[in-house]
Amino acid sequence: MKVAILQFPGSNCDWDAEHAVKDVLGVPAARIWHKSHLPSETEAVIVPGGFSFGDYLRCGAIARFSPIMNDLKSFAERGGQVLGICNGFQILCEAGLLPGALIRNDCLEFRCVNQKVKLENSNDRFNPEEIGGELILPIAHGEGNYRLKDQTLEELESNGQVLLRYLGNPNGSINDIAGIRNEAGNVYGMMPHPERAVETYHPSLDGLPILKAFLKPVLLNSSVEVSAL
Amino acid sequence: MNENTISTLPPNPDPCLNVKISPELVAQHGLLPEEYDQVLKILGRTPNLTELGIFSVMWSEHCAYKNTRKLLRLFPTEKKDKDSIGQVLVKAGEENAGVIDVGEGWGVAFKIESHNHPSAIEPFEGAATGVGGIVRDIFTMGARPILLTNSLRFGSLESDHVKRLFRGVVHGISNYGNCLGIPNMGGDVYFDDCYEGNPLVNALCAGILKHEDIQRGAATGVGNPVFYVGPGTGRDGLGGASFASRELTEESTADRPAVQKGDPFMEKLLLEACLEMMAIPDLVVGIQDMGAAGLTCSTCETASRGNSGIEIDLDLVPQRETGMNSYEIMLSESQERMLVIVKKGREQEIKEVFEKWDLYAAHIGEVKEGDRMVVRHKGVVVADLPAKSLTDESPVYEQPATEPAHIVDAKKWNLNAVPELPEKSVESSLEKLLAHPTIASKRWVWQQYDHMVMSGCTVEPGSDAGVVHLSIAGIDKRLAISNDCNNRFCYLDPYRGAQIAFAECMRNLACSGARALAVTDNLNFANPNKPEAYHMLKECVKGLADSCSFFDVPVVGGNVSLYNEHGDGAIDPTPVISMVGLIEKAERVTRSFFKEADESIILLGGLPYELGGSYFLQTEYGKKEGTCPNVDLNEEKKIQDFLIKTIDSGNINAAHDLAEGGLLVATAEMLFEKPDLGVDLTLDSLGDSNRLDALLFGESQGRVLVSVSKDKKEDILTAAMQDGLPAVLLGNTTNTGQFKLLVEGNEILDSPVNKLHKIWSEAIPQKMNHN
Repeated sequence: MKVAILQFPGSNCDWDAEHAVKDVLGVPAARIWHKSHLPSETEAVIVPGGFSFGDYLRCGAIARFSPIMNDLKSFAERGGQVLGICNGFQILCEAGLLPGALIRNDCLEFRCVNQKVKLENSNDRFNPEEIGGELILPIAHGEGNYRLKDQTLEELESNGQVLLRYLGNPNGSINDIAGIRNEAGNVYGMMPHPERAVETYHPSLDGLPILKAFLKPVLLNSSVEVSAL
Repeated sequence: MNENTISTLPPNPDPCLNVKISPELVAQHGLLPEEYDQVLKILGRTPNLTELGIFSVMWSEHCAYKNTRKLLRLFPTEKKDKDSIGQVLVKAGEENAGVIDVGEGWGVAFKIESHNHPSAIEPFEGAATGVGGIVRDIFTMGARPILLTNSLRFGSLESDHVKRLFRGVVHGISNYGNCLGIPNMGGDVYFDDCYEGNPLVNALCAGILKHEDIQRGAATGVGNPVFYVGPGTGRDGLGGASFASRELTEESTADRPAVQKGDPFMEKLLLEACLEMMAIPDLVVGIQDMGAAGLTCSTCETASRGNSGIEIDLDLVPQRETGMNSYEIMLSESQERMLVIVKKGREQEIKEVFEKWDLYAAHIGEVKEGDRMVVRHKGVVVADLPAKSLTDESPVYEQPATEPAHIVDAKKWNLNAVPELPEKSVESSLEKLLAHPTIASKRWVWQQYDHMVMSGCTVEPGSDAGVVHLSIAGIDKRLAISNDCNNRFCYLDPYRGAQIAFAECMRNLACSGARALAVTDNLNFANPNKPEAYHMLKECVKGLADSCSFFDVPVVGGNVSLYNEHGDGAIDPTPVISMVGLIEKAERVTRSFFKEADESIILLGGLPYELGGSYFLQTEYGKKEGTCPNVDLNEEKKIQDFLIKTIDSGNINAAHDLAEGGLLVATAEMLFEKPDLGVDLTLDSLGDSNRLDALLFGESQGRVLVSVSKDKKEDILTAAMQDGLPAVLLGNTTNTGQFKLLVEGNEILDSPVNKLHKIWSEAIPQKMNHN
């Protein structure tokens, strides 16, 4: 097992993430229950989408207190690779691993659509040259409206921490932000679902380069042969 | 009935329940005097109030199908062809849901259920708990739920009240299903004045499981412990099953406590915990969800199926309110609860699973010798009844039936009474149809549903059928699902209307490249005690049963919802059909949209010629009248076989059946995924009706539009001719973005597709966003 996919009560994209990583990319992955510990061999963590703890209180607000979050925080502090997708992004924001917050969509409704997004030039892994400039990725959320204080927003923008922007903003996110990274460049969060764009019957295959980019540092020093990379 | 007879059971520990059983009390419980007499005969004594409540819910239409049981026996429940795929593994009525074989050792459990009455009163919670109930029916079978759909019916969207209901229902479904993480593949939505005040909310769930993992809802093995799992019981949903078996009235809002409140997070925990528990070898003996009639139904049904007795102690039932009496606990319809019977001595294993998920697993009783359902509360026996009397001995009625006058009139209808449509009006007629909410885009609905979770969505909502890949089971197959029922045809000719619903549903699957396997039906009708309503119910069931037999597509389960009336009005007969089909190979997945310019467009099945019952008559003249279109099942089979065969050979780019709105609407819909495309259509004749309106907007059955690459068109026309299937080359797609139509050499239409698309896509959002 290299990739740990956290499973909270109410997670519902955990199987999807495991399928994309393990079955499609061929990278060893397993789901890890929120009351247990991160296995010592963990090299990357995906915090999947869903409705952890039923979205009670606020999205991600209860999951941040789950026992496994202590392990996740120290893993991230040591430079471990972390990707939060949808509810996972919300949890990482609540836990303070990523800046900002996600509030109710401005249309006040859930949105499940194939969303056009633009990839920003964020770092040596996430940039249009590596991945492509415009992507189609599924979104499915009621609370994806990203918010950040003006000053922090300026910092986020000037540091190149924005990964993805919506083309045709579906939820009112500030600066059309769909995904970000932390300053150090090891914690990532996005509302779109790359794990739902990995099969030929999916709306696109644009999730593959996103997941590959995230897993790249793990796999560069890996003995596992990954044909997909 | 002797009012002074006292029950031979000891007094109930809650003094308020020790009342005399008066005729008024019996009537309030929805039991007829002769039904009560039967209760007395069964018990040999007067029931106490708790027992009366138990009989009341178990003998309600919702649980006992007392007005429909005889009719339902007409449905074939297994396949005649024993060698084909799709054999029935669990038949209709045997368990919580039917199960069919899909090959490679896997089965699919699926079922549809109504939540009409609760949704009329409290649309959000009513619809949400409808989803919750049907999902429990599926995972109770041991299946992992893999898709949801809904059949929804509302009044006119001009009414603010209807808008509130529509919004509330869609939000309720979205809120509950999205949280569960089960893809909702849409379904169908119709708008018709007959549903004003009595919307229909039918929810379907399908799940996948290995043959050997099928669970049974039977309490067997004397001494085996009975567990209650899920959250505590409250006073919500008291007597919901009886409520659903009455007509809605102005006073129905006072029944709001009969509407349950859902918690999708709790259901998600219950779902995962139950699947985890059922994966432990030989632990679970029987399992049943507590849906309608809650603890009552689950205990007596499991005992009855297991030919056992069962005894439970209400003091051990987790409760979230204080001071609940036995009547309330037994009749509560609190959501997200299950009854589980496990092997004696393995109690710890079930407890551990539920503790992991932070849920209760309370040991509330055990399986007993004999046939009694015994309920204790505070040390006293508060109910002691033969379990089978509740499940198998309810009265069964065949009501008098009278053919309503409007049906007689409809058969005598003369098309010539409709004025001829001038050529110059075709464009505006088309626009009116595209703007009708029944025909307009439903994106407003399904973009609120997570249809992509579980990574299986292969054809998203909006095509003829939704398709999900069965990757979760690790098999390379796809399940297609379609819902259908045009109430207008069922109103004008119930027998044919039901056949049309069936045929169209199956045709939708064929257009998607899927072979039909089995049906679940939701019979939504008015008060069966009214002879005209009962006639329509009976004829619809016959039409449906005959279609099932003809195509060898069995019914594996379903639901009956009667008493759909409000004030002076009754709903049109609405036998909703949902059919699942299988697509074995990826390349056979076919959608209903043109792909590119220069595809040839062929109409299979012949030119439409009938206008009766059409949406054109509604949008043009405000009328629901006329002779229902003809149905010829042999012709229907011919076109579907041809479609499947031709799709298998890889020669069809897109396929879409003609339905509401007819030929022009169907063509427009095929353009709407890529509105930059256009079509050039040429019709050399007006067809058999010799009328423009019937040709362009008539809803004759068994018609399908296909697009094929230009070099294949001759082959396909020849092949159709060889099969005796009428096929006409109508023209081709273009890159002009114009919808062009010539009829008998005259230009009838030259409209920008973008303009038509805008009308179609904005009709519902415009109504919903401006109020």
